[in-house]
Amino acid sequence: MNQLDNTAAQTQELSADEKEALLAELLASINQHKFAPDVAHIEIHGNQVLNKNLVEGLIVESETIEDGVKVHIRVQKGVTLKNPVNFCFGLIPDNGVQRIITETVIEEGAHARFIANCTFPNAVNVQHLMNAVITVEKGASLAYFERHVHGPCGGVTIVPVTRVIAREDSRFSTEFELIKGAAGVIELDYEAEVEKNATVDMKTRIFGRASDRIHIREAAHLAGEGATGVLTSHIALKNAASANIENEIVADAPHARGHVDCKEIVQDEASARAIPIVQVNNHLAHVTHEAAIGSVDSKQLETLLSRGLTEDQATDLIIEGLLAD
Amino acid sequence: MNLLEIRSISLFKEGRPILNNLSMDIWDGHVHAIIGPNGAGKSTLANTIMGLSGYRDFEGDILFEGESIKALSVDERARKGITLLFQEPARFEGLGVSQFILAGAKEKSRALVEEALKKVGLAPERYMKRVVDKTLSGGERKRIELASIYAMKPRLVLMDEPDSGVDIDSVKYIFAVIKELRHMGSTVILITHSPEVLKHADHAFLICAGTLVDKGEMSRMFDYFNGKCIPCAHVGQPSPSAQQTGSALQTLALQ
Repeated sequence: MNQLDNTAAQTQELSADEKEALLAELLASINQHKFAPDVAHIEIHGNQVLNKNLVEGLIVESETIEDGVKVHIRVQKGVTLKNPVNFCFGLIPDNGVQRIITETVIEEGAHARFIANCTFPNAVNVQHLMNAVITVEKGASLAYFERHVHGPCGGVTIVPVTRVIAREDSRFSTEFELIKGAAGVIELDYEAEVEKNATVDMKTRIFGRASDRIHIREAAHLAGEGATGVLTSHIALKNAASANIENEIVADAPHARGHVDCKEIVQDEASARAIPIVQVNNHLAHVTHEAAIGSVDSKQLETLLSRGLTEDQATDLIIEGLLAD
Repeated sequence: MNLLEIRSISLFKEGRPILNNLSMDIWDGHVHAIIGPNGAGKSTLANTIMGLSGYRDFEGDILFEGESIKALSVDERARKGITLLFQEPARFEGLGVSQFILAGAKEKSRALVEEALKKVGLAPERYMKRVVDKTLSGGERKRIELASIYAMKPRLVLMDEPDSGVDIDSVKYIFAVIKELRHMGSTVILITHSPEVLKHADHAFLICAGTLVDKGEMSRMFDYFNGKCIPCAHVGQPSPSAQQTGSALQTLALQ
């Protein structure tokens, strides 16, 4: 089935039984089977919203487009959502396109945590395109965690493009995890505008294998006085995987604080390139960076070898630590 | 009975002898100390016994339970029951204390982690969920590394400066674990500068410039720390590499 055929198939309305079967398979692939009634969740397969459960203070509206779904998310002013909102995006077939366009607003003084599971367990030729605009209003907070579950073939192209506006006194954190399964091709591009006394924390943890190609760009513009930004990339690469990491913090305001942390473990024929860019345009601002690329640390390795672990076991344990949340 | 036999080993770095025709017998079930001035070759000897990278190419032989371990890798030696407490413990970003403690243990249980942490004086409820990274002090990491050795239940433990970086109130836990390891049947080799650590050994080897200068029971070997230096063959006729260490030994003797 070619890509166009598959897209056409997605647009066909599914029967209730088909939806239920897909939902079960989607959730099983992320080891999730049931949610408590007070937990908000939404499951999207291809361009179909399979299931949705909302809680008070959370508004989610969706619109089907040809190859995906547009989603508008709003957490209302002053609301603190007790439980994380669970999103599941995915495609069960081995090929196809899923485009997710989201616009999220966390209104003034509201607080929320989102968990997004993106699952493509059988992927051979799948594209997952995500375009997100997130606004965290004054005094609000959003913690966004995105976990990817891929199959062993690596036939996935992931293109998450996110633009964040963190208003005064707000907090935004995002964490992108892709550890299980082959990454495939990743083109991650996150950019944040950070206003007065707001905080943005972006972290990526990725294990690249085989011929995975990973490109990460994380950027934070510390525009307001006292704004803080931390960009962290922890990447492990083996076989012939490659990664290109660009972390950029620009501090324009007094007392802005930023830090870039990029650590990459490279094994076999893998290769990695890190470009930390730190720019300070105000003498009262302060931005630091650390980057380390190389093989597994010999001291760590020898410590574990001296406990009787084989080199492979020791390396796996060190990488597991690097990629731990 | 000898657990470990060091047979005329010599190890050179950049053409200089760091270990020089050194022989020792390590009795099974005892606590041994290796003492000597800075640069004498004490840590080099421990690293050579463990087979660390950079310490594999030496003359002579090392026998463990009567068999040569010269050709064995670090992990193969460890699986025979040899392990090393490093002078400077490594930091492991993201690796949990429990995972680290159980890394080399045959029994993988929460109870063992708790027991091991208690042995080194660290409250399990405070440490089990932490990570072995820079949020722990050097002393805490040292004690957690010792806990991992306790959990491993090794046949032979090499401890390189076991008290370094550990505060004075906590060092008693290090000594207690040394005693406990011995009680469990482990043989311990302490690499030390400290008379306090030496007290916990049954006997000691004094090395200087990579050569065994003396060996004996504690009562006599304490003289090294009491200003009565045992004559060193290298003092007065040192090799270029031994010159500094010979001087260091004399300096110590004068203190």
